[in-house]
Amino acid sequence: MSTLRRARERWLAFWSKPRLGAELEAEIAAHIALATDENLRLGMTPMEARRQALVEFGGMNMAKDQQREARGLMKLDILMQDLRYTVRSLGRDPGFTIVAVLILGLGIGANVAVFSVVNTLLLRPLPFTHSEQLVWIAPPPTKCGQSCATYSTDAYDEFRMYSRTFQDVTGYFAFSGPGNLSLNRGGAPIPATSIDVIANFFQVLGVEPALGRTFRAEDALDGAAPVVLLTDAWWKTQFSGDPNIVGKAFEMNGRQTTVIGVLPKSFDFGAVFSPGAKIDAITPLDLYGPPRNWGNIITMIGRVKPGVTNAQAQQDAAMAAPHMCWRNTIPQSCGSYAPKNGEGGVVPVLLKDYVSGKLRRSLVVLWSAVGTILLIACVNLSNLLLARAASRSKEFAMRGALGASRLRIVSQLLTESLVLSLCGATCGLALAWIVVSWLAHQGAIALPLLSTLRIDGAALSWTLLIAVFAATLFGVFPGLRMAGTNLTESLKDSGQGSGQSRKHDRVRSILVVSEVALACVLLVGAGLLLRSFMNVLDVDLGFQPERAAAIKVLYDDSAPDGNASAHKRATIIQQVIARVSAIPGVEAAGTTDYLPLGQNRSWGMPWPKGIKPPDKGPDSPLVYVISPGYLHAMGTRIEGRDFTWDDGPTDQSVVMIDRSLAQYFAKLANWPNGNALGQMLATGGTGSRIVGIVDDVHEESTESLGGWQIYYPMTQASPSGAELAIRTRMPPAALAASVLGALRELNPKQPAAEFKPIQMLVSHANSPRQFFMLLVAAFAGLGLLLAAIGIYGVISYSVTQRTQEIGVRMALGATLGQVQLDVIWKTLKLALVGIGLGTIGSLLAARAIAALLFGTAPTDLAAFAGMIVLLAGVSLAAGWIPARRASRINPMVALRNN
Amino acid sequence: MPFEKLDLLQGTLDVMVLKTLAAMGSMHGYGIARRIERVSGHEVLLNQGTIYASLMRVEQRGWIASSWGTSENNRKAKFYAITDAGRRQLAKETEYWERLAGVMDKVMAMQRGNVGEEPA
Repeated sequence: MSTLRRARERWLAFWSKPRLGAELEAEIAAHIALATDENLRLGMTPMEARRQALVEFGGMNMAKDQQREARGLMKLDILMQDLRYTVRSLGRDPGFTIVAVLILGLGIGANVAVFSVVNTLLLRPLPFTHSEQLVWIAPPPTKCGQSCATYSTDAYDEFRMYSRTFQDVTGYFAFSGPGNLSLNRGGAPIPATSIDVIANFFQVLGVEPALGRTFRAEDALDGAAPVVLLTDAWWKTQFSGDPNIVGKAFEMNGRQTTVIGVLPKSFDFGAVFSPGAKIDAITPLDLYGPPRNWGNIITMIGRVKPGVTNAQAQQDAAMAAPHMCWRNTIPQSCGSYAPKNGEGGVVPVLLKDYVSGKLRRSLVVLWSAVGTILLIACVNLSNLLLARAASRSKEFAMRGALGASRLRIVSQLLTESLVLSLCGATCGLALAWIVVSWLAHQGAIALPLLSTLRIDGAALSWTLLIAVFAATLFGVFPGLRMAGTNLTESLKDSGQGSGQSRKHDRVRSILVVSEVALACVLLVGAGLLLRSFMNVLDVDLGFQPERAAAIKVLYDDSAPDGNASAHKRATIIQQVIARVSAIPGVEAAGTTDYLPLGQNRSWGMPWPKGIKPPDKGPDSPLVYVISPGYLHAMGTRIEGRDFTWDDGPTDQSVVMIDRSLAQYFAKLANWPNGNALGQMLATGGTGSRIVGIVDDVHEESTESLGGWQIYYPMTQASPSGAELAIRTRMPPAALAASVLGALRELNPKQPAAEFKPIQMLVSHANSPRQFFMLLVAAFAGLGLLLAAIGIYGVISYSVTQRTQEIGVRMALGATLGQVQLDVIWKTLKLALVGIGLGTIGSLLAARAIAALLFGTAPTDLAAFAGMIVLLAGVSLAAGWIPARRASRINPMVALRNN
Repeated sequence: MPFEKLDLLQGTLDVMVLKTLAAMGSMHGYGIARRIERVSGHEVLLNQGTIYASLMRVEQRGWIASSWGTSENNRKAKFYAITDAGRRQLAKETEYWERLAGVMDKVMAMQRGNVGEEPA
């Protein structure tokens, strides 16, 4: 009680020093006066009376100090003193202060920015209620694309019924493509993207609407009035944030659709489920209507009951799986999701792991890289402080001689480091804020949750933490050295080759060597990642992305039966292709329903005719329904012939397959000469003839060849849309307007869909690798710069210290070349030791990041050699500047000055 | 060392201040210092100035209260008086000192032979 009270009093006293000080003075004056009065009464002379009073009072200053110490917060007082002194002394040396704060700002800023990325992608929970309960339910990865990663509506229903550990299960339609919604508000139709979700989607995720309501079961019934939920972004841009939007109806995809609500800003479907995609609206999925016949279309998301572990959920899912039918009306399709060969077909994984688990390794590497930067920055600062401390050693020796304790001097130096570090942290925070705001708006980077990136409380705490850590790291060492300075030695030490300077020199050399070594590790790592990225760019994708572009074409092929529809479609698309091909600059044009590196689907394996399928066959090929000329427009080579408009609905069915699948079939069916061309596949009816064998196309990833491909002509099979691909003689963007104009001429309802250069799709697919590569490369560059500054600092300092020595040598006949060579040799020695150590470190680091490399060995000679040469070159350049200065020393001046 | 004055143990001055104020009523710093010197028969080593740190400590704990007033010979001075909390604290301290003194007495009275294990 009284202790608390005293703490409060001391705190108050700290802030009212002048008043309390004056009061103490008055009290002491009264004391002396009273004592003098008494002594006078005892008969002393006035002089003697006062003298005696003062003697009895004792040390005046000590009494005041004691009272002040008892009264206030002495430690805080000392700290304030140190702070004032620090600010003054840093202000006296603005060059040093600016360089130090900049170095720290870069180091800390990079760390805070990367921390924010790591925090957003890995550490922070997903933006849903109790997101730890949410699981992504899918089979293990296959080669047959999204069709093998999704479930039929019947299967979804059964799973929901038979699973025991789930509160509820929801899902969304996996095949909604960009631009699938056309909003008509008069004038040109506006393209937008919507996702169909199961009605309970928002309840399961725990997302509350910002306005209106979310879906109810009746919204998803067959024949229900069309309703839509708007995302915050679309509501703001397209509907100017109309607060009364709920209940209004708009024409979407030709139907009057009522807006029932607006989603909160925190809900970003693309950020979580489809990185890099911009989703404008959410619509309900009609589970029991036509989608029942569409096969595997639903990606399942479940919320487990509280306390259920992932292992329990997986076990439960495996128990429920055998009950799931692909189509309830086809009994033999039941159990098709059951575990096979020990691999479950229905496996819940934590949603968070699904979203960002793949990135963990890259992020850890990024974090290590940026940590190394901080380390280099600290070493650099240590070095700068040592140089500064050397010039202040006399000051500290003097203070020591006057009675300052070792602790007092160390704490003074630590205060200086802390002030520097906090200034650096402030700069760093500003830098990180810029970087983070910029990154949050990089929609082109296919990283999940990037749009939710921000500097939050955690990032601020992290900033403070690393600032204090850095201050301790770079401050303690010079601090201890200074405090340990021997008084007589440093007062004597005038700086030329005496023991103390030599020792300083050695310490600084060790610091520089470690800096070079760390920079070397960073550079080699960046080199390896850069080589990997170049290798990815060099991959033959099976199509030529340069000078190709695609645009979504809207057409209406509704007809009473399939054949009539196919005829109608063929006529429309043939017209479109003819019209677009006539535009000057267009080399070739054709349509497909799915573009590479985007969505895909599969229809099951069309086995060679007359062959009994093996029991455990490979994953079925991805299916593309294309027009004649599409493969040509994409730059994919065909062996055999392309489809023609004469491959009509009633003619012989024809297909094209990719080379790998052709080889597999040829081997399986023992076709003569291993040639698949002209052979028949059992695709139903009379079967299909293989008329063309095409290049393997990277359909899912630029880095690995995914599944096989099979192509059907749009005149014979039903496509799920049309992406018009064109090959141009000029940069494709130049043709965007004329292509859209041509499409509008043919169909006024054609929305202003995005004109996507194919190169953009490729860049999008490469963007995560590019993102990490660029960041690591930037850090390596920063490391190189800091190492160069470090080398320059040490060499330059040693030249300054040895000015007299060099002067003597030159006076004795040393040539300019000899002096320069001497300095450069010293630099080279430092650099080589650092590079040697760094190479060993790099070999270890390279092995750790081996999994992130592509087509590059962890011991890649080019990366190692290139980076070592670069580092050595930059080191020499950093040493050359002081070397030149050394050679310009005028012996007369140098000798006279000391 | 009979000729040297006693060094004050840490914290004892605070108790002396409390006791003095409890016994004498409101006093100024000089008065308290003089009083302690006199009562101790000038045996404690007291620089009068050190009384002010002690007064500050005790006042901050709320055991004494201060106010400016005028001394009998018409000097302005700060007067201190013990509070109720101070009296309670003094009672505690007194008990502690008596116990400690008792123990010290016994230990100091120890002689060879008459201290040891109790006979069985």
